[in-house]
Formats: sequence, C-alpha cells, structure tokens
Amino acid sequence: MKDITENEMSLEFLSKSNNEAFARVTVAAFVSQLDPTIEELSDIKTAVSEAVTNCIIHGYEDTQGIIKIKCKIFAGSVHIEISDNGKGIKDIEEAKAPLFTTKPNLERSGMGFTIMESFMDDMQVESIVGLGTKVTMKKLIRCKDELCTNTTE
Amino acid sequence: MNVKYNTEDKLLVLELTEEIDHHSTEKIRRRADYEIQRHMPRKAIFDFNGVTFMDSAGIGMVIGRYKMVSMLGGKVSMINVKPSVKKVFEMSGILKIIPIEECA
Repeated sequence: MKDITENEMSLEFLSKSNNEAFARVTVAAFVSQLDPTIEELSDIKTAVSEAVTNCIIHGYEDTQGIIKIKCKIFAGSVHIEISDNGKGIKDIEEAKAPLFTTKPNLERSGMGFTIMESFMDDMQVESIVGLGTKVTMKKLIRCKDELCTNTTE
Repeated sequence: MNVKYNTEDKLLVLELTEEIDHHSTEKIRRRADYEIQRHMPRKAIFDFNGVTFMDSAGIGMVIGRYKMVSMLGGKVSMINVKPSVKKVFEMSGILKIIPIEECA
C-alpha cells in the first residue's frame, strides 16, 4: 500500500476578521498544486472562509485567540483541519442544522456548516465546551490527467 | 462599492466591488443602508459584477437590505452574479424572493 502523505502545511493566525481572506487565499494557493478546477478551488475557499468565520465570531466571540489550519494533500485529495481554542459548541447537531444561528442580530444566515458540508466531500465537527472546536474537511480533487484513469468518478 | 441613483425611476444600483465575507460586509452594510435610507428607492439592484468571492455572509447582507427596502415599499434584485456566488445563494433559497435578473 502506497500510503505516504504527499504534502503538508500549517498556519496559525489571530482571530481577526481581516484574516478570513488571508486564510482562504493561502489554503487555495497550497491546494492549487493539485491542479483543481476553478469550481473546486472556489468551493474550498468558501468552506475555509465559513470555518474561519465561525472560529472568529462564535469560538472567540469578543475575545481574541489563535486559529490553526492544517492542510494535507494526500492521494489526490485535500484534508483541511481548522481549529480554535474558543468556547466550544454545546450541541453540534443543532449548530449544523440549516438556518440555525445564535447570532441573527449580526445578520448571520445560519448556513455556514451546511455550505461546508455540501461544498466539501466530507465534514466532521469535534468540540468540547470551554476548550475549543475542530472542523475537519476533505475534498477529492478530480484528476484531469488522461494517464490517471483509476480515479473514482 | 460604487453607487448609482436614477431619480426619475427611483432606481438605486449598488455596485459591489470586493470579495464578500464577514469582514467586508460590515462596510458594505453601512454604506448600503445609508444610500437606501437617503433615496428610499422604488427598486434597489445589487450589481455583483466585481464580486469574485462570496461566502454565507453575503446571504445575510442581502436579506438585511431586502428587509429594509421592502419596508420602504421597494423591490430588490441582483445582476451579474457569477456561478460561484450563485451557488452560495442557491443553497439558501433566497433567490425565490430576491431574483437574479439578466441585466439592469
């Protein structure tokens, strides 16, 4: 079994809203070595932006902390882990429900997790109240190389 | 954001010129609300021509402005929405109440 990680990067930054663009653009630049389509890249950017925004407005709320992103390129897919040491989520299922938001006053639509789930191939949330939240996402980048025929279409 | 207003038609065009996320919506919201309250348009159009990225923050931003314009008796629509941005709107179902038009 060929089971080697092909590439990896990690990123740490302050939970400031102007880092939302920095985070998604950096992840997109890293993923671009897999030669994704414009749509795949845009899906990843959107999902990263949602996860990072959640860390900022929910995880750290009015405080400031560190957001960590780990990104692995592995067997033609990208694995992204975004975590904070913020307040955590009490009820993950409720948080994931479409249109659920604890911040309607900030005009939040409650679509963040729904978008991450549908724009990526897999999305998992782990959270401990008082310790933080970790979102793990995976997306398969379709191989456009004709020599590469054994991909799951 | 560039703003155009046609007094005769009471038509307000809000040309969005940047990536739309939680960070940028603060500024867009403040400016759009100011223009809406100032002109009380019969129709407000969001022009997305300059928008290459949008996440779910854009959904809340558009719905918020829609509420304000509707309250003042006007209508809201969107133009020049790129496929990646449209995909985010489609997730939310708001295109049923705030339609995308072919052109202004």
